[in-house]
Amino acid sequence: MTTTTTTTTTNLLLAGVGGQGVILASYLLSQMALEAGFDIKQSEVHGMAQRGGSVVSHLRFGREVHSPLFTAGTADILLSFEPLEALRYVNWLKPEGILIYNTVQVNPSTVASGLAKYPDRIEERIAEAHAHVLGINAVAIATQAGTARATNLVLLGALSPRLPFTDEQWDAVLRRELAPAILEVNLRAFQLGKEAAKV
Amino acid sequence: MRSVMSGNEAIARGAWEAGVTVATAYPGTPSTEILENVATYPDIYSEWSVNEKVAVEVAIGATEVGARCLSAMKVVGLNVAADPVFNASYVGTPGYVVVVADDPGRYSSQTEQDNRRLGPYAKLPVLEPATSQECKDFVRAGIELSERFGTPVMLRTTTRTSHSKGLVELGGRVEKTDPPALVRQPRYSLLPGLTRTRHQELEERMSRIRAWADESHLNRIEMADAEVGIVACGAAYQFAREAFPRASFLKVGMSYPLPEKLVRDFRAKVRRLYVVEELDPFLEEQIRLMGVQVDGGAELLPRWGELDPYLVATGLARAGVPGANPIFTTQPAAPVQGLPMRPPTLCPGCGHRGVFTVLSRLKVFVAGDIGCYTLGILPPFNALHSDICMGASIGTAHGIEKALGATARDKKNRKVSVIGDSTFFHSGMTGLLNIVWNGGSSVVIILDNRTTAMTGGQETPAMGRTLSGKEAPAVDMEALCRALGVSRVQTVDAYDLAALETSIKAALDADEPAVIIAQAPCVLEYKIKWEPWVIEADACTGCMRCLRVGCTALGVIPAAEVGREKDLVTIDASLCIGCGVCAQMCRFDAIHAPAGKEG
Ligand SMILES: Cc1ncc(C[n+]2csc(CCOP(=O)(O)OP(=O)(O)O)c2C)c(N)n1
Repeated sequence: MTTTTTTTTTNLLLAGVGGQGVILASYLLSQMALEAGFDIKQSEVHGMAQRGGSVVSHLRFGREVHSPLFTAGTADILLSFEPLEALRYVNWLKPEGILIYNTVQVNPSTVASGLAKYPDRIEERIAEAHAHVLGINAVAIATQAGTARATNLVLLGALSPRLPFTDEQWDAVLRRELAPAILEVNLRAFQLGKEAAKV
Repeated sequence: MRSVMSGNEAIARGAWEAGVTVATAYPGTPSTEILENVATYPDIYSEWSVNEKVAVEVAIGATEVGARCLSAMKVVGLNVAADPVFNASYVGTPGYVVVVADDPGRYSSQTEQDNRRLGPYAKLPVLEPATSQECKDFVRAGIELSERFGTPVMLRTTTRTSHSKGLVELGGRVEKTDPPALVRQPRYSLLPGLTRTRHQELEERMSRIRAWADESHLNRIEMADAEVGIVACGAAYQFAREAFPRASFLKVGMSYPLPEKLVRDFRAKVRRLYVVEELDPFLEEQIRLMGVQVDGGAELLPRWGELDPYLVATGLARAGVPGANPIFTTQPAAPVQGLPMRPPTLCPGCGHRGVFTVLSRLKVFVAGDIGCYTLGILPPFNALHSDICMGASIGTAHGIEKALGATARDKKNRKVSVIGDSTFFHSGMTGLLNIVWNGGSSVVIILDNRTTAMTGGQETPAMGRTLSGKEAPAVDMEALCRALGVSRVQTVDAYDLAALETSIKAALDADEPAVIIAQAPCVLEYKIKWEPWVIEADACTGCMRCLRVGCTALGVIPAAEVGREKDLVTIDASLCIGCGVCAQMCRFDAIHAPAGKEG
């Protein structure tokens, strides 16, 4: 796995389930890109986001970015908050793109009401579908940091070594954007996520 | 200073910078955040109006005293507001921008109409921003244009421009110097006899705006390779820039009326001319009407749904247009097939769940409406059988009843209307009055969750506060329905399945209109979380009856995993908010409130 280059536009796809903090993570990443002096386009569709549906957010940064959307097969990174969503969007990655995902499953409503089955062997299927994959139990790591709610910061931490941002930039943005009451636990979660991505 | 803003945030900022003092809207995705953000600027009076029509009327009044105004609405909101918008055009309201957020791709709307058509239809100019920066700047430009020519101006966004974020350079506020004053202006009276010349004036106004368009900074030519020239606007311009990095562009910011001289200039500068736009061939028709040759447009691209760089690149490349970015013409890998969908669903603890559980059991026809409760159409409920536009649940049920005549009371023809509280205030009240007046006997269930949940929890007239957080009288829904002439009005706890069933059955049997107000505050908006309930494994027979409430807090553990004969239901304590609706489905008393909280 390599750090994405800064000469071209970086396409980052975030996927997850409504209520998991995908939108906040995407917002923090856009603030990082701003801090680092890039042009930015970020796009997601609100509306049904809170109702347990799939949520996807496109983030693009580079010297000059026009389209707020990119298309399947062109993502440099897919950050997925849930394994089924990782598998659903894995074809959005370039062949050399990187998938980082949270291994904790969230049942769709169709599974909860007995109308569908959650796919078997999901982690194996993800590994079969793409070459560059990192799965971490971000919920467990967040809980270790102090609260399961910091799952999104664990994932950002795991993503951080693949992005052209410095530790100082991360620190500045997280301190600026997160409420003081939850800052320390989130910084811990970020750090643990970063370490988890190293192994 | 630069900031990352969504198109909607930028429009709000633009309203502030343009010196707007009155802003009105009714919520609707993708436009909702405009007024939510305007409300953070204390210099602007902002309100959620009861519906879009009222929102526009309030703004027209405000222009009458010289205020700069903005109204915002979603794509179908314009249909509701069309009457005052057309008339505002005839009046010629100065300093007024109407923002309409269209929805190519139908992410959250019933229709996929292209509201740019309002330009020629209502005879007003249409601005179409492509970026957050333009969203902000075009509000200011729109206010200036409106004041200069005495016309309302439509600012048309799409879901993509409204909800995408990009960099915005912030500016200061420019207020009008003269204070508001109520001066009698004859042109605000659209009496047929007095307005005989008004249509002619409108046509002349449009000719002047058309001439101005050629000089306007809103449209610009970006010359690069002269082989391919593309005319584009809005998000489609961004997609096309990405798809054809070397092409020349006529970037249109005012999509009606088009700058004729500029179009001809551009045509003369490029070898081949293409038009790239979403939905209707709106620019293309105008260009062709000028007699300007177009080498390709609508026929190369899908006429429905949202475009993206791939669709633009492949659509034009297929027709032999050179210079497409190869990244966007390579067929990407197919998605993994056979994965379960993840549709949106009623939240755990949602008060709508009980009503749909009961309606599903009663097997009555349900005339639905628009809101979170529209999800009652999905399994396991399948308890919503029509869903037209806001307020229509009440009118359609009445129409069904009148057309069925004597057979309307047959058991198989029984029906109810289901409507949310915000929707009822928006356009349900008139339908109810109509039933009373015309001797209908419909059953109307108002799902009263004390908020406009679907669009993110906006205030309603029954909530006791306004958009800006001011205290307001909370409308008494029961009294309102009685005042409309319904004597059979009952409020029921939306979590009490037995009470709901009794009440609905009695109302169906009655020979008069009935309103049932099913009440439970929205768990999301009011952050409701009681203790989660628990399953007593020994008592659970695995009959799965509880799953009929369609709650994502419920799950099933396969029998083998727990070493028993039947599968076992579980409750995810992190999701369960403790509403107890699933427990009322259990015939074996296997679902309990947490110890000590029973009853
Ligand atoms: C004319 C029009 N305006 C706005 C909307 C957007 N919209 C969809 S549902 C809804 C209101 C939902 O509130 P409510 O009726 O209280 O139901 P809830 O979602 O709270 O269950 C709105 C504003 C629309 N579909 N049509």
